[in-house]
This record gives sequence, C-alpha cells and structure tokens, in this order.
Amino acid sequence: MLDVLLEPFADGIGQRALMEVVLVGVVCGPLGVWILLFRQTYAAESISHAMLPGLVIAALAGFPLLLGAAGGVLAAAGAIALAGRDERVGPDVAVAVAITTLFGLGAALALSPEAPPRIGELLFGDLLGVSEGDLVATGLLAAAVVAVLAGSHRALALAAFDPVGARSLGTRPGPIAFLLLVLLGLTTLAAVQSLGNLLVLALIVAPAAAALNLTSRLGPALALAAALTVAAGVSGLYLSWYLDLAGGASVALCAVALFGLSLLRRPARATGRPLRVFGRAPIDVFTGTR
Amino acid sequence: MTAAPVVAVRRLSGGYVAGDGALVDVNFEVWPGQVIAVLAPNGGGKTTLFRALLGELPFSSGEIELPHRPAYVPQTERSRLDFPVSALDVALMGAYGRTPWYRRLSSADREVGRAALDRVGLADRSRSPFGTLSGGQRQRVLIARALVQEAPVILLDEPLSGVDRVSATHIEEIFADLSAEGRALLIATHDIAQARRSDRVLCLARGQVAFGPPDVTLSTDVLRRTYGAELIVLDESTAVAVDHHAH
Repeated sequence: MLDVLLEPFADGIGQRALMEVVLVGVVCGPLGVWILLFRQTYAAESISHAMLPGLVIAALAGFPLLLGAAGGVLAAAGAIALAGRDERVGPDVAVAVAITTLFGLGAALALSPEAPPRIGELLFGDLLGVSEGDLVATGLLAAAVVAVLAGSHRALALAAFDPVGARSLGTRPGPIAFLLLVLLGLTTLAAVQSLGNLLVLALIVAPAAAALNLTSRLGPALALAAALTVAAGVSGLYLSWYLDLAGGASVALCAVALFGLSLLRRPARATGRPLRVFGRAPIDVFTGTR
Repeated sequence: MTAAPVVAVRRLSGGYVAGDGALVDVNFEVWPGQVIAVLAPNGGGKTTLFRALLGELPFSSGEIELPHRPAYVPQTERSRLDFPVSALDVALMGAYGRTPWYRRLSSADREVGRAALDRVGLADRSRSPFGTLSGGQRQRVLIARALVQEAPVILLDEPLSGVDRVSATHIEEIFADLSAEGRALLIATHDIAQARRSDRVLCLARGQVAFGPPDVTLSTDVLRRTYGAELIVLDESTAVAVDHHAH
C-alpha cells in the first residue's frame, strides 16, 4: 500500500510536482474563498483569460512573464473601458467581447506553428515539467499573496460583508477589492506554469466553494479551502500517474469532484441547520434530533 | 448637553454625479443624545446624506463637521446571509477600526462584543451563524456592532424595515437607552409614527424641506412637499408614506 502511495513521487519530477501543488494549493484555497465572498468569480475567469496574450508575447520575446501578465491585464482594462464607452455595447458585453478577443488572440499566438515548443503550456500547464526555478518563483509569489491576505484579513472581511458600513469602520472597500484582483493576478501567474491559465480557475474556485459549503465560519473556511486545494492537487497527481492523464487536467477534475462531494453536506447558513464537517451528525436546533 | 453639536451640516449640496443635485442646501445640527428621524421618499437623498456623513461621497459645496467617525447600521434586508460569520464575529467588527492589522483583537474587545450582544438581547445567539438569525435579530447584531464601535453618532438606515414587532419594540428600547447615555442617532425611516417619537425630524426631497421638532415639522403640508404622490393622508393627524423600495 505504501509503495502505491509513494511510487508517483519516487523521482525528482514527481517530487517537484508535489511541492508545486502544495504551494499553489496553500494560496489558491484561501484566495478562492475571498474571490467567492466578493462575488468576483467572473472577474477571476476574465483576468486569467485576459492575461494570455501578454503571457504569450512575453514568452515569445523572452521578457519576464510577470511583465507580460501585467501588460495583458492593462490591455484588457483598456479594451473594456473603450468598448464600455459605446452606449450600444454596455458593460457586460464590453467585458465579454474584450476578454474573448484577447483570449482568442493569445490562443492563436500560442498554438501557431511558429510558436516555440511548450508555449501552449501557458493554456493547460505542465505540472510534471516544473523546474526548481519554477518552484522558487511559485514559493515566493505564494508567500507574498498569503502574507497580504493574512495582513488584510479584517479589511477584506469588512469590505465583502458590508461595503457601505466598511467605511465607518476604517476600511475603504474600493481599494480592497482592487487589491484582491491584484492578488488574483499574482496567483494566476504563480500557477500558470503548472496548471495553465485555463485550469487554474478550477483550483481557485472549486475547493473554496466546497469549503464554504462545509463550514459557516470564515477562519475554518480559509483553512479548509487550503487543505482541500492541496488534497485536490495531490489526488490529481495520483490520478495522473495511475491513469496516465495530463497532470493539470487531473488536478482540476479532482478539485471539481471535491466540490461535488461537498454538495452532499451543505451547511445551514441561511436555513437554520448547524454545521459539522466531520464526526457525528449535528443536532438540529429546531427539532433537537440528529 | 455639551457645548458643541456632534454633527453640523451647513449648506451641503452634492450627489453621486457632478451636477446631479441629489442633495441641495441641507442644514442641520445634531446634539448629544438627540434622536433625529430622516424622512425622504426613495431617491430623496437619505442614502446620499448618510454616505456624505460617512465620508464616502464628495460633495460640491457646504461643509460637514463631524468630530468623530460615526457608526453605520445598514438595512438588515440588504445584509449578506451567505457570509460565514457568527453573530459575535459581526459584533466584533466594530473593534476592527481601532485594532492595528498586525494585532489580534484584545480580550477586552471580545468582552465588549459579548456585552453588546447581551445588551441587544442576543447573548445566547453569539455563536449562531449570522445568516440563520431572523431579520430583527440580524438588525440587533448590527446595532451591537455599532455599540462595540463606541461611536458618539450612529447612522441607522431604516432599522425597523423588515423587522418583526417583538424585535422592533426591543430595538426602540435600545434607541432610548443609547439616547439616554448621550449618543446621537440619525434614523432614516419611512415610518411617520416613529418620526413623531424622535427629538427632531429632517425632511428631504433632494433639497431640505424642513428640520425641527416633530410637532412642528410633521404637518400634512411638509409631508406632502416631502413625499408628493407617495403620501396618503388618512385623517388630520395620520398620514402614511408608501414605501416603493424594491429589495
């Protein structure tokens, strides 16, 4: 049994992949909880898609990916603002058109025959191709994002729970919402090498949604989301090894499977039922029964 | 009473968009312990006024003197039921403004949070998820948050809207207590009967229609100028403002 568990991580490739999913999981889980609480899932998807042409151009030109990602997001913001100024278009259509255009442009560049090998990995990642340098970069970005999330925990909670009242409690919700999007951009960048900018969204959203289904307290939700994201990453690696599937896709599938399982045990936030993640069934506060 | 008002608004004009004129020439003062009812039709400037008092909204002219940051109690009907926090967590948010980001909340603040929940009659629900509470209980939790904030001025946005009668009575008793201890309350409401029990009434219809004691301010003429077609006059002493609020 132990051999079955250890076999995928016997060599450096598996070990680096394992460390990568742990690092990415620790940051994607808590960040995902905040993304969901701020109701920014669409923004999360949009930002990861909008980065693609910038990432591809940076990879082609040999610039740092961070620079390319920032360029992609700025181009998206400009395109959205430009399209949104036309009253015939409207904000929703402007976002959809700008993002799909940029994503299409990035995909065309990444998948063209002239593109260098591995550039397509920006779309779906290459978990088993993670180098030690990638691990260091992921570790640094993950540490920075987790530190900022921890430092701004109360401001995030106020801005998400009561944006109007937040001001009276010393928090400006606008800058906090912007900070969250910046952290999302950095996290997408940290995970793009291993999971690709398409699949990283599954790891940000699905385990966080599962955690919020399983607990009605913020602190436990953040910790549980990190644990579930790491669990999705590790189980994805097993799935990939034993079923010979692509690593990133396996991790994304496991993340979504965890969310599906969480639906079997939803908490009662607005229904009156108490909440337990593990152990015996809770006592129903209305009926007194388990 | 102290020698200075806790809120002084002079010739205030402004709105969400430059030239929008959501508020025009508003003038009033609030003294410690006073309860001010703010009556206005929807779109009449209540929210704009509160946002200006919270420092959220730049205004085009006039001035606001507000020596201390006010507490704000939002409408319970607009509060997040899906947010994973307990009643005590919400009450403790009142201490966030005075706690540096790198420090944990002090045990003294936690004690203040529990005491605030006790004061609003919810000591036994401190661990309950906020979203599982009734509308009236949620409103009381949000008032507890304002108590933890220890602000001398509390802005309340339609605090009795969507609240059951038992909670409403309890909430009005809390208002009386807060007033007696010197806190000033600005209560946005459509409830003319509630406004009659306040110390002063501010009537807004974009511009200021009237400000003064309820027996002077709440005349049918002033109410008609405030609410226009939204006012139904039942008899000489009773009028009802129809709330078209869509939630």
